[in-house]
Amino acid sequence: MPSNHMNRRGFVATGLAGLALTALPFSAFAQTEASAKALVVSVVDDINRIIASGKSEKAMIRDFEKVFVQYADVPIMARYVLGADARSASPSQLKQFTKAFQGYISNKYGRRFREFIGGQVTVRKARKIKAGYEVRTSVKLQGSSPFEVTFLVSDKSGRDKFFNMFIEGVNMLLTERTEVGAMLDARGGDLNRLIKDLS
Amino acid sequence: MFGRGLSERFGVAKIVLSRINLKPLIVVSVLAVLSACTTRPPEGVQQGEAFDPYERNNRGIHKFNLGVDRFLFRPASKGYVKIVPDPMVTSFNHFAENLTMPGQAVDYLLQGNLKQSGNALLQFVINTTVGGLGLSAPADELNLPPVDTDFGETLHVWGFGEGAYVELPLYGPSTQRDSIGVIVNLFSNPINFSPVRPVDNIGVYAEVVRRMGDRGRFSDTVDSILYESADSYAQARTIYLQNRRFELARDDEETYLGLYDDPYADNGTDPVRDPYLDPYEDPYAE
Repeated sequence: MPSNHMNRRGFVATGLAGLALTALPFSAFAQTEASAKALVVSVVDDINRIIASGKSEKAMIRDFEKVFVQYADVPIMARYVLGADARSASPSQLKQFTKAFQGYISNKYGRRFREFIGGQVTVRKARKIKAGYEVRTSVKLQGSSPFEVTFLVSDKSGRDKFFNMFIEGVNMLLTERTEVGAMLDARGGDLNRLIKDLS
Repeated sequence: MFGRGLSERFGVAKIVLSRINLKPLIVVSVLAVLSACTTRPPEGVQQGEAFDPYERNNRGIHKFNLGVDRFLFRPASKGYVKIVPDPMVTSFNHFAENLTMPGQAVDYLLQGNLKQSGNALLQFVINTTVGGLGLSAPADELNLPPVDTDFGETLHVWGFGEGAYVELPLYGPSTQRDSIGVIVNLFSNPINFSPVRPVDNIGVYAEVVRRMGDRGRFSDTVDSILYESADSYAQARTIYLQNRRFELARDDEETYLGLYDDPYADNGTDPVRDPYLDPYEDPYAE
């Protein structure tokens, strides 16, 4: 893992790299700490708006799914969650699984929205990491002490999107990979059956 | 030690519940597990993986724990948070937490962290006096750093690896190292050594009540892990291990960053590493 602490040599090397990169088109620098932070703020705002809307649970879950698709890099997440099975899946299976996965996530986490009523999210800081940007937030729910939720943001999809989330160190993608793996095992490794059951 | 028979496991459960005087036996068990801990899991297990050689036994305990939860702990906890008003549940939580402060001060001391040790004692004094025996937590208003440690962390600081994953009866997910911590912490709290003990075992009862409060309050989340996942054992295991490693790595940025892996790289789709594979090329094009 590259350290964040820069020594003098690192600084010079980075400076040179920076010079070399200025030749690249401007869009290569579109992602910044500020834009990564802004993305997380938008996600939080949109989710709060849905919770405050007072719609039925079903309608809210549909709205959560829209937010998820808008702000998250769902294809890469679905792919990661499938793990090794993603490599043997056909493009059409991957496409169907991605769709099923986004519904599954929205439903699973959306149904627990009540826990977030009256909660407060403070975006604390962002920094560059290998895979993009890390945005740390502090979440305060009613009746519990604040806990840390970290979003990882990347623009590798062409625009800023988050691709993973850590709640007090619990990696959402890794945890879902375990779960999806168990679901696949329960179906004898049959991806089509899993897609059907999740859809 | 955790490879042995069921009766011994239930022995641990009994200790947790009634704390009958079995200190010599516990010392022996602790030593046995400590020596087991020194056998570190093989390389490559660290990142998000579980070292679980006792999976078969653990799954047995998990089944037992699920039964206890379904028929006892879950209904009791849901009833508790339904009947007892919310501020009172919070009060009892503060009370239980405050009782652990002197023990945590000892753990910080053993870790060589004098500052946090003093902080824990300070919070204990403030909450016990101003906070009315700890039923409220005025020290929270002072913006002191949070106090959250245990003997498992002390062992971690002393260089012991986490050892194998174990699920403890009634207690739930743990590791060999942390289960020693759990048992030692039952006895290491100085409150237990005070000459006048108003109520025996109050710390243990308070902890059970606190756990009921948490189980009741976060019942949707806990239910979704225990009853709605395809493999609740594997979910509990991965969530516990990730969270525990995160807690212990908190001040160590290197380890912290080590928790991240790059799905773009993982799938062989990092454009730098694998320029011919682009995940955005086909998921939606057909």
